[in-house]
Amino acid sequence: MIGVVSYAVFFTTVAAILAIAVLGLNLQWGNTGLFNGGVVAFFGAGAYGTLMLGGAPQADHLGGFNIVYPLALVGGMLIAGLLAWIVGILTLRLRHDYLAIATFGIAVTFENIMRNAESFSGGAKGIRGFERPLREWIGDGFAYNLLFLGFVLLLLILVYSFLQHLVRSPFGRLLRAIREDEDAAMSLGKTPSRVRLTAFITGSVIMGLSGGLYATFYAFISPQDVLPTLTFQIWAMLIVGGAGNGRGAVMGTFLVWGAWTASGWVLSRFAPIDVQLYTGSIQYVLIGAVIVGMLLWRPQGLFPERLVISQSAKSA
Amino acid sequence: MSEIALQAEGIVAGYVPDLTILRDVDITVKRGSITVVIGPNGAGKSTLIKAIAGLVPKSAGRIVHEGLDISDIRPDQLAVSGITYVPQMDNIFRTLTVRQNLDLSLRGLKSGGYSRRDELCTLFPALAEKQNEKAGGLSGGQRQFLAIAMALAVSPKLILMDEPSAGLSPKAAQDVLERLRRLVEDGVTILLVEQNVKQALRLADHCYILAEGRNQIDGPAADLLADPVVGEIYLGAKRMRAE
Amino acid sequence: MIQNLADGILVGSVLSLGAIGLTMVMHMLRFANFSHAELLSIGAYSALVFDAVYSAIFPFMAAKIGPLSMTWALALSMVFAIAITACSALLIDKLVFRRVRELGSELSMVFAAFGVALIIRNVIGLFFGLGTHLYSKDIVFAVVVSRDPLLLIKPDQVFTLVAALAIMIVLHFVLSRTTLGYALRAVAENPDLAQVNGIRLSHMIALVWLVGGALAAIAGVFYGLTNQISPIIGRDLVLPIFAATIVGGIGSIYGAVAGGFIVGIAANVSLIVLPSGYIPSVPFIIILVVLLIRPNGLFGEARA
Repeated sequence: MIGVVSYAVFFTTVAAILAIAVLGLNLQWGNTGLFNGGVVAFFGAGAYGTLMLGGAPQADHLGGFNIVYPLALVGGMLIAGLLAWIVGILTLRLRHDYLAIATFGIAVTFENIMRNAESFSGGAKGIRGFERPLREWIGDGFAYNLLFLGFVLLLLILVYSFLQHLVRSPFGRLLRAIREDEDAAMSLGKTPSRVRLTAFITGSVIMGLSGGLYATFYAFISPQDVLPTLTFQIWAMLIVGGAGNGRGAVMGTFLVWGAWTASGWVLSRFAPIDVQLYTGSIQYVLIGAVIVGMLLWRPQGLFPERLVISQSAKSA
Repeated sequence: MSEIALQAEGIVAGYVPDLTILRDVDITVKRGSITVVIGPNGAGKSTLIKAIAGLVPKSAGRIVHEGLDISDIRPDQLAVSGITYVPQMDNIFRTLTVRQNLDLSLRGLKSGGYSRRDELCTLFPALAEKQNEKAGGLSGGQRQFLAIAMALAVSPKLILMDEPSAGLSPKAAQDVLERLRRLVEDGVTILLVEQNVKQALRLADHCYILAEGRNQIDGPAADLLADPVVGEIYLGAKRMRAE
Repeated sequence: MIQNLADGILVGSVLSLGAIGLTMVMHMLRFANFSHAELLSIGAYSALVFDAVYSAIFPFMAAKIGPLSMTWALALSMVFAIAITACSALLIDKLVFRRVRELGSELSMVFAAFGVALIIRNVIGLFFGLGTHLYSKDIVFAVVVSRDPLLLIKPDQVFTLVAALAIMIVLHFVLSRTTLGYALRAVAENPDLAQVNGIRLSHMIALVWLVGGALAAIAGVFYGLTNQISPIIGRDLVLPIFAATIVGGIGSIYGAVAGGFIVGIAANVSLIVLPSGYIPSVPFIIILVVLLIRPNGLFGEARA
């Protein structure tokens, strides 16, 4: 019984962490119509950043500034934001399919650099030796995991509320206006490119938070954690849930992550040993089929966007 | 045999489903005549021609050409039905040479392609000289002649044209419009849209005036040339049918 | 340095063939088809299967053609690989892309392409295993063309380059002298005008997929001939092929050819200064630079 509860805590923690990233993607794609093919780069920036800033001194690569945890987490987020700023300035004005290619290339380059720049990031070995916050006081047991889950859920709720508020705010109206009719927005004196950049950076900072939490949870990060497949998983979550609304993003995350872990469990339990080598391949086929299937059957997602009522209309 | 080449009734059409441009338009085109459609900007003149050509979706209406219902025709089936269309802009392929443009229009012909091409070159000597030049390098008037030559390639019964004189110098426009008159004398029917009202009314046999997506008035071109109502419709002072 | 150049030209010919198909699809259907590179995989593996079958049934066909490592069986298999890949490309459009086009936004198309790529790549892995295969287990000796500077070239590489150039010449001929070629160019420039001139759009789109698939199959086999066959061929080649189309300009077949060689050479020459682990990023850097400086590439034009 304890095992099931313990697993449920583990599952929910990871799902919640990923849901934060999906919310970030939703701001970029669902609300602003930006195609981010390199989600994993911003996630990774947050992850590596947090571990480097907050970790113990490392012998053979950069890091180990041993900064207190909350600052390290924020630091990771800022690094993700900085990367997003650079990427955004260079690429956001591109046509949407060029943007897809460019951001995809960013992710490939990020993984490349992390894998090869040993003195910077530890190379293929990754960064280890990270002390999880408050570990000396609470230990490594179930209590710690429960507490960490609470921490993650709190952050998820904060991010969710923040984004809901943002969508209803004047900035949110501006985003919708630009998405619907850019020329009209420009005639009102708004600069769409700056607004889009802001949305892009904000979404990426949120992804950085997710990455930082992920790295904290595992106390380890390596290039294997920042492969393009994570980008596909996060998209699948948003496509399944429904782009354009926070509820869809979170529900989609839990559904897809649930299906992913369930399929992994089913295969490891019931498949013959020699098939288990291919668990990953089978899962990826399923994810691909889910993406394609949803786009064909229900492109708006399982929990589609509802019309947002702006503040002023309500108070009128 | 009926005198009517083309009959369009009750056309309701628009580029996107939410935005209706044509709201119940009727047009009758007599065989062997030049019928012109004029009207203020936004009247839907181009849209009407494109709807007949199948390039703009119709939500209602019926189009009959030489007794055949072509309401749901695909644009690539036009030539086979004896209809060709010359758009206002981008009506030739700039990256292909003059000869390649003509060969393309002749592609559907089962036989006699080469001789037909030679015939066309005789009809348009200016083009014959520039056969191996890229169409994008021609002057405005020459491009227009090429577009007309392409429309003539399959010896159509009906030619749809969208503002053939647009962007041309007065002399070139005059040349083009005169050429259209000669085509009709050879038995072709022409339905065209024009912005240049006086020249259009002098050229045409019959005229339709459209405004805000509806028929306003129609009649023999000579009569309308003299009628002050035409000017009022253009200036927006008068509408024949209520919204 | 000259070795890098030679290797680059070789890779370039493979990239060019792949890029031609991609540039046509991207221009006509206006979407970034991330699954195009997987067609090379399909081609390579189809040829592998047929090669094994033919060599088993007709042992004499397992003889190599001259100094190449290509056998007669493989040559025959290529024909079938081309057919299979061309049909696969058409089928995928019919089943997935066309429907997504009608239903959704242009963004959905790119997602769908990613999804399709994932499926193809991993299904191949499931069927053929995750390891690498080779058309021929024999060791192929490179010919020492010069000792100083050192230049080694395998006969296969020369064959690949010559064959690729021959194909491109044939394509050029079709495009510049046949009405079918004019029709393809017409649809690329102005689809509405092409239709009113009697060209059936759906046929042209089908042709683009078939030709793109066929060229991809050839590229895949050539790649397998001079490298290895593995399920990640598509994943490894997707960025370089995109880079080639962007450098050349979307919609320009000649641009795709030029782009392929430019990217191939750039990637290999970069080996002089960059550690090999970073080479996958070179195509991306090329893409970024081109999009920033000259978004239409060398020969591309915006569509009418």
